Amino acid sequence: MSTLPDGRFIDDAPYDPNVDLSAPERSDMDAPNWVLVWRKFRKHRLALISGIFLFLAYMAIPFAGFISPYTPNERSADYLYHPPQAIKFWHEGEFVGPFVYPTTGSADLENFQWVYETDTSRPMPLQFFCNRTEYKLFFLIPADRHLFCAPEGATVFIFGSDRLGRDVFSRISYGAQLSLTVGLIGITVSFILGIGFGAIAGYFGGWIDWVVNRAIEILRSLPELPLWLALSAAVPSNWGPVSVFFIISIILGLLDWPGLARAVRSKFLSLREEEYVRAAEMMGAKPSRVIRRHLLPNFMSHLIASATLSIPAMILGETALSFLGLGLRAPAVSWGVMLNDAQNLASIEIYPWTAIPMLPIIIVVLAFNFLGDGLRDSLDPYT
Amino acid sequence: MMFIRYAAYRLLTMILTLIVVSMLIFIIINLPPGDYLSNQIAELRATGQAEGVAKAEFLRTEYSLDRPLWQQYLIWVGVAPGPQGFSGLLQGDFGWSFEFDAPVADIVGDALWLTVLVNLAAVLFVYLVALPLGVLAAARSATWVDYTTAFVGYLGLATPNFLLALMLFYYGNKYLGLPIGGLMAPEYEGEPMSLAKVQSVLVHLIVPTFVIGTSGAAAMMQRLRANMLDELSKPYVETGMAKGLAPAKLLTKYPLRMAFNPFVADIGNLLPAMVSGSVLVSVVLGLQTIGPALLTALKSQDQFLAAFVLMFVALLTLIGTMISDLLLVLLDPRIRYGAREG
Repeated sequence: MSTLPDGRFIDDAPYDPNVDLSAPERSDMDAPNWVLVWRKFRKHRLALISGIFLFLAYMAIPFAGFISPYTPNERSADYLYHPPQAIKFWHEGEFVGPFVYPTTGSADLENFQWVYETDTSRPMPLQFFCNRTEYKLFFLIPADRHLFCAPEGATVFIFGSDRLGRDVFSRISYGAQLSLTVGLIGITVSFILGIGFGAIAGYFGGWIDWVVNRAIEILRSLPELPLWLALSAAVPSNWGPVSVFFIISIILGLLDWPGLARAVRSKFLSLREEEYVRAAEMMGAKPSRVIRRHLLPNFMSHLIASATLSIPAMILGETALSFLGLGLRAPAVSWGVMLNDAQNLASIEIYPWTAIPMLPIIIVVLAFNFLGDGLRDSLDPYT
Repeated sequence: MMFIRYAAYRLLTMILTLIVVSMLIFIIINLPPGDYLSNQIAELRATGQAEGVAKAEFLRTEYSLDRPLWQQYLIWVGVAPGPQGFSGLLQGDFGWSFEFDAPVADIVGDALWLTVLVNLAAVLFVYLVALPLGVLAAARSATWVDYTTAFVGYLGLATPNFLLALMLFYYGNKYLGLPIGGLMAPEYEGEPMSLAKVQSVLVHLIVPTFVIGTSGAAAMMQRLRANMLDELSKPYVETGMAKGLAPAKLLTKYPLRMAFNPFVADIGNLLPAMVSGSVLVSVVLGLQTIGPALLTALKSQDQFLAAFVLMFVALLTLIGTMISDLLLVLLDPRIRYGAREG
């Protein structure tokens, strides 16, 4: 671009009268679907932020041990029900970097509760990349390096400690491993069942459709929680935490598929009559191929959006089950198991920080809701 | 005439569904290996109390727990004779609770009515809150009213019910003096109905209703808002506006009626969620509904009690769904005059 002496701007490129006038728009028209989806999705600020947040949260799962200063079942017997500690930077007007004040606990025998006194004269700087208790990085590699940990002779309980003196913050970050993945496994089960039954019912119709439809209606008319309770009460009590975790996720998924199956079925009923399906069938494609190659890709994106919207229900379901003592069990750490401690009014009143695990639950569930809404709105870029 | 035929058809499907559901429930209840009595026998043997074993063995044959599962089911329902002849759900005999050593009917008794009451109150709450707020959010879309209701709604969806219950109880008691725990003051328990008792129940209902209803109300509100927005963008609304119809009348006369359909139809989705919520909240808040009974029964494998509670809960939702279907037919002429086969 250059400027003429009278101040006007002019394009240096030679003028071509034959250029296609619609060219600038053409790149838009020809853009692949995912670019259009992405452009539209980007405009949903809340959905975008939620998506990034969830991505980071899931990425952090293997590093839970590194992020948290303690291991989840590590007990500090001298610090039961320790209130949250602030991490400070300035001591008496002087910058010392991140530090904590040491505390000493004593039993208040009048009210039967632990009281902690903070010694504000000695700032004790936090240590970074320090060696402490061993954990497994990526669930495999033994490691003992932590992002930050307490200096010798002090503690760092950002969110306080629970009734056994375990760090609530560390437990939350370990709890994310189970609480966040329970929804993913559940939704996988629900996806397989939902697409399977929905596709068969919609594609073949007839008596199969009738049977599947009745099953959907019956399952949808039943309250979920009592059934979840009954199913998880059937889990043998001698199973290890890992098998309990998987079976609970599967139970959560088992009751979720009817909604999905219904959507798939109604979509199939209409798509089945399309010409390209007829064409594929005439060329000898088997039903399974028609379903997989021609029908499912049509609305896979919608299914993903609706899946995103049903993950929160499963996370809340796991929380409720564990809270009632029928879900994951003690050595396992999940947000619901942690909330089990905050079950009575007394702990909410005296030790309100034991209810902190509800914050990550609320945030994650909200994030999934926003993300799902954004995805649903942007997945149809041509409207 | 059409309506009666449809109602009869609906009743028939409900009964069929109930039969399938009863089978499902019976299978689920019997999934854990053994039963309450065989566990008890094993425990008695292990601790060397031989005299108890004979009694437990006797009870096992008495309640035909030693028979194959399908026979147990038929006896439980009451279509096959047990040791005492026909005596099952159909005859009004709900079975025996081993845990409490009493008939199931005695244990659940009052709890049944209180369960219905709590759920009814929650459904009412949902409608009373969702209807005005949903319409308002649609009419004032993209203003602070809309955003605030949406935000509160999302928060209601995302907060675990039981925590909300604990919080509200705590703060409700601290600042408003609302009573804690239970569904009535302890002195009224087992008392005959009186005005004071009703009052006590009503005051105790406030928090549970709010907690159970919030998530349902949030979902309902969003749906109503979306439906209303769809309707509001149609040309007839513009015509009405151009002809000088008052805004309030314009809103309620046509768009609301149109948007109302899914609202009623949705009760089928709402009720199961509501009942789920009430079970959970009852356990946390110690309400005398069947929620706590279900939990203890499931934990101790008290199978007849658990099965009955599950059956009752299922029946509650099925009846609710049926009523909503019938209401829908009454409400919408398009459905009434046979646009739908069946």
